[in-house]
Amino acid sequence: MSVWDQVVGQGDALEPLIAAARSEDAMTHAWLITGPPGSGRSIAARAFGAALQCREAGCGTCHACRTAVAGGHPDVRLVSTEKVTFSVEEVRQLVSHAQSAPSEGRWRVIVVEDADRMTERTSNVLLKAIEEPPPRTVWVLCAPSLHDVATTIRSRCRTLTLRIPDPEVVAWLLIERDGVEPGLARECALAAQSHIGVAQRLASDPAARERREKVLALATGMRGVGDAVLGAGDLTALADEDAKAATEARNAAELVELYVSLGVEAGERLPPALRAQVRQLEEDQKRRATRAKRDVLDRALLDLLSLYRDVAVLQMGAPVGLVNERHREGIADLAARLSLEGTLDRMDAIGVARERLAGNVSPLLAIEAMALALRPVIP
Amino acid sequence: MTASESRRVGSWVEAAPAPLVLVIGPEELLSVRAVEAIVSAVRGAQGSVAVTAFSAAASSRGDLRAATSPSLFAEPGVVVVEEGEAMNDEFLKDAVDYALSPDPDVVVILRHSGAVRGKRALEAWRAAGASEFLCPAVKRDSELVEFVEGEFTRARREVRPQAVRALVDAVGGDVSELAGACRQLLDDVAGPVTEEAVSTYYGSRVNATGFAVADAAIVGRTEEALTLVRHALDTGTDPVPLVAALASKLRTLATVGAARGRGLDPKAMGLAPWQVDRARRDLRHWEADSLARAIESVAYADAQIKGAGRDPQFAVEKAVRTVASLASH
Ligand SMILES: [Zn+2]
Repeated sequence: MSVWDQVVGQGDALEPLIAAARSEDAMTHAWLITGPPGSGRSIAARAFGAALQCREAGCGTCHACRTAVAGGHPDVRLVSTEKVTFSVEEVRQLVSHAQSAPSEGRWRVIVVEDADRMTERTSNVLLKAIEEPPPRTVWVLCAPSLHDVATTIRSRCRTLTLRIPDPEVVAWLLIERDGVEPGLARECALAAQSHIGVAQRLASDPAARERREKVLALATGMRGVGDAVLGAGDLTALADEDAKAATEARNAAELVELYVSLGVEAGERLPPALRAQVRQLEEDQKRRATRAKRDVLDRALLDLLSLYRDVAVLQMGAPVGLVNERHREGIADLAARLSLEGTLDRMDAIGVARERLAGNVSPLLAIEAMALALRPVIP
Repeated sequence: MTASESRRVGSWVEAAPAPLVLVIGPEELLSVRAVEAIVSAVRGAQGSVAVTAFSAAASSRGDLRAATSPSLFAEPGVVVVEEGEAMNDEFLKDAVDYALSPDPDVVVILRHSGAVRGKRALEAWRAAGASEFLCPAVKRDSELVEFVEGEFTRARREVRPQAVRALVDAVGGDVSELAGACRQLLDDVAGPVTEEAVSTYYGSRVNATGFAVADAAIVGRTEEALTLVRHALDTGTDPVPLVAALASKLRTLATVGAARGRGLDPKAMGLAPWQVDRARRDLRHWEADSLARAIESVAYADAQIKGAGRDPQFAVEKAVRTVASLASH
């Protein structure tokens, strides 16, 4: 099994990466992989990093392949920011890291998993490094689309575009690789709208499936302003919980680690000189929680969007399946009560809420405004 | 026993009438309160009072004696001399002279920040047995905490230490703002003032201004809300907490409305009793659909001030105007 088998449903879009891993003649020092969320951008980037360390250009079984894919290879650095955008300081550190020669492999690979989260100023810091990379350094940038990356950066990268794989392909991956029962695999692949990572989580975690149900119930069960505001509160609280569960264990471990590195026993009173470092860590963790919460909410909004997409499908009598087959009854009910235009308005309102969340609007307020716009009847 | 040994010296809280009164110290708010307390004590005792005020910095020889002259008053008089710390030589001489034979039926108050200037006049007054009330600076954290505690105990209300801490943290070091915040909590919270009440009103950082704006807007007092919000923005208040306060008020209205529609207890939804009472009153101005439109306008404003728009101040004003106009009168 090759490392490339993890990236499903992409046809020959990956050929340039595979060729570059096989022969240095086909190598470029800067790559930009674009594709919508769930298309497997970062999986492809990791596979490429692994293939560059492997003696057989990505066998998938050797030590180099396995550590690189898992994110533990010293010469394949995976970078993502937990803030809304990368800070200049983060990118500067990255650039100086890029100057060093690979420690054991043939290439020093730096994968920036969300290159779209850069302001113009940080992009300029990165630009210098990409323009004149050391001979054994390879940059791999990932972003949803070409427009999400500064033109100056884009023009210096070799680009390739991934697409959302067919749900059948994702289901097949869940069945073959993770041993998921076929019915559940198909349902999860559809519900995740082919986002491989999300499909995996839904398939493996019943609590994640339950949360998704609650999100959809917000739309199908809502009658008025009261439902909307209370529902928005519930949804935001749910996201809080979810984000907390995802970050809590890691936060505690980091704090213990910091105490150890500072030479302080847990529970001991910190000397004032060291408090700043603890405060710094706590601030970073807080920012990470903010982003985690925003990402969870965005996922929930995509779920809602899929529900209204289903409503529109019924209204138009389109000959395609429903993403949320299990909710057919509620969807049919909405389809009967709304005009097609009304459905599209609601999809717009969800899009506006996603933009607002990305723009740092108070999450609860953004969700409240959206939930109100989803009310079945607005005179 | 000489006059100087029996004279009263105390805190501003103890301020009381006397023929000669020194109100000493840099804290303007406290000094104003001391003067007010004395004036209202005289009024209380006599039923009416005539107050004359002038500045010691721009006084002419004989002004003080003239102001205290009984022929001017049909009613008992209080003379307030401002800016004692900037007194001119004319006033200094007047003050020293007056201390030799003060009129026992008139109260003369000299306000002085405590600076060096006019020391001779102060000494003459002290020697003549002047009462002296102190208004020390309220700047350091411990002083701010003590001040807030005092505000509640003076009103005979229980306040939790954590609530005092939270209030000082949220409102910051301006004594007048703190006093205003205490006033609002005293007015709006029934029973002991808790940390939760403080955070409901002031969040972690949302300021009193934000809630004053929101309070006016949601009952449709457009002009008042706009005046407050413009003043806040002109004096450099961050627009973000202003919008947050509006959002929070509207959310409370919607939540209390929803609870009423469902026969639920709003207190089970994380609201304090005073919030519920207030929201029930304010809900008279609102219908479901206008509430929905108000919340959308505030969400829009929040997006504008966080980068989507070019003019954050305009965005806040517009939201305030929209909310106030949606509230029916
Ligand atoms: Zn290998």
